[in-house]
Amino acid sequence: MSQSTARALQSPAPPRQAEHVDLRPDVSQAHVRFIGLGKTYPGQSQPALQGIDLNIRRGEIFGIIGRSGAGKSSLLRVINRLEQPTQGRVLIDQADIARYDEEALVALRRNIGMIFQHFNLMSAKTVWQNVELPLKVAGVAKAQRQRKVRELLQLVGLEDKHDVYPAQLSGGQKQRVGIARALVHDPSILLCDEATSALDPETTASILGLLRDINQRLSLTIVLITHEMAVVRDTCHRVAVLERGQLVEQGEVWQVFGAARHATTRTLLAPLQPTLPEALTADIKAAPSSPDSAIVLKLTAFGEPDLTALFAELGGRVRLLQGGVQSIGARTLAQLIVSVQHSPHDASRLLERTRRWAEDVEVLGHVG
Amino acid sequence: MWVDRLLEGLFDTLLMVGVSSLIALLVGVPMAVMLVTSDRGGIYAAPLLNRVLAAFVNLFRSVPFLILMVALIPFTRWVVGTTYGVWAAIVPLTIAATPFFARIAEVSLREVDHGLVEAAQAMGCRRWHIVWHVLLPEALPGIVGGFTITLVTLINSSAMAGAIGAGGLGDIAYRYGYQRFDSQIMLTVIAMLVALVALIQLGGDRLARGLNKR
Repeated sequence: MSQSTARALQSPAPPRQAEHVDLRPDVSQAHVRFIGLGKTYPGQSQPALQGIDLNIRRGEIFGIIGRSGAGKSSLLRVINRLEQPTQGRVLIDQADIARYDEEALVALRRNIGMIFQHFNLMSAKTVWQNVELPLKVAGVAKAQRQRKVRELLQLVGLEDKHDVYPAQLSGGQKQRVGIARALVHDPSILLCDEATSALDPETTASILGLLRDINQRLSLTIVLITHEMAVVRDTCHRVAVLERGQLVEQGEVWQVFGAARHATTRTLLAPLQPTLPEALTADIKAAPSSPDSAIVLKLTAFGEPDLTALFAELGGRVRLLQGGVQSIGARTLAQLIVSVQHSPHDASRLLERTRRWAEDVEVLGHVG
Repeated sequence: MWVDRLLEGLFDTLLMVGVSSLIALLVGVPMAVMLVTSDRGGIYAAPLLNRVLAAFVNLFRSVPFLILMVALIPFTRWVVGTTYGVWAAIVPLTIAATPFFARIAEVSLREVDHGLVEAAQAMGCRRWHIVWHVLLPEALPGIVGGFTITLVTLINSSAMAGAIGAGGLGDIAYRYGYQRFDSQIMLTVIAMLVALVALIQLGGDRLARGLNKR
């Protein structure tokens, strides 16, 4: 089932029209576009970002992952020009923002909301005043400010906390205030800088739920950076992987998570992957030592795994060593580690048959 | 009669401290804002201006008050027309207190989390919005604390100014308490100064605590 399913899952090619041929739909739909973007901090020889070409589509939730120091934060901050690029171009709605002056930047930033790991709320201002501040500095009339602040505090579920100071709020509540503040100008883009990294798992889930909800309801483009792979799995549509300032992999989350090509991506994803039981890791060998040896395979398949079909392909005695099924957006990703003993097929034939079933097959070794 | 003299001394001290601290507040806060924002990486980064300003502040802070007072005599005469009395003391007191307070206020302003400045920039604040809506309100408890210290230091310095004929409690303690060995006057003045300092410290602490929402 796998290959045909995988093909069907991919978005169909755009229909060609006689008059208007949109050769690069990814470009014309791009909300944020980086072209050859580079950033070198003064006094540093190693660039923080280098040759980044990336399109972020309107209305999607786009994740940027990477180790700490990989340049995630710099890349995110280039979008609202908290960081000034030293090379290349940044297009937002086709406009190059790299040379904007303060006036143009102020207007740009009112169209781009941002939330932070440590919330960055003004401690001397109440919840209400914090959310009101962006409108106040923009000179919005009082009646309109009140309407808007009330509406947003209701959206994030804090209508009973108007006059409370941030110090009295929990982490999740603070981030909700941050979200309300970021959305108060009705932006078209929301930047999330490790927005859930300081929160416990339960609160993280509720904040991510809120982000998905506003992404849908307000058709907001969300760009988030995180070191938590589960955040990307549960929230993002597409993902890009940064390593030492360079883009090493990008694509649909289910594809990247299902079949990561780059070593960095695999390392980052390791915590979400099934691994061999520890007892077995010691026993595993590169080559079979006897006819009774079992081959250990790691299989990745999309959709709910049809085990009957798998057993038919493998033959012999199949043991499930480790595995799981996880949902990524509307898709299902199954990852199984199995050992196969006494298969009627030789090793290469076995792999060939397994590939009919699985999207990705990896031989981990042999036991026994 | 003693009571009158003491009350007059108290009034003179309060006048000297009040006027010079008020000017120190009005000049010191903008000076502190300039010191912080003109520094490298600040929102109005201007390293040269920053260095000149910092050198100027250090210059006046490193001269002991007694010497500063004497050195400023020509300037004082030019400003208030005399070198004697309360108003003549206010000039050097102000010039000593302003850089002192500016440095303390600067420390409070520097302690404002850079993330807040970044958040303000990200929400579309202009630079003076950041000063007005972020830096000053967030640093206010610290600035109030710094102003309290400045007031207490000014009471201390005003007593010194009193000794060279500026009036005030210091003058009374020096002339009657020290030169005429009247220990009763001396103790009374000390008690008044202690009470004054305690009152200022208490009020300042209360206010700073009330303003601190962290």
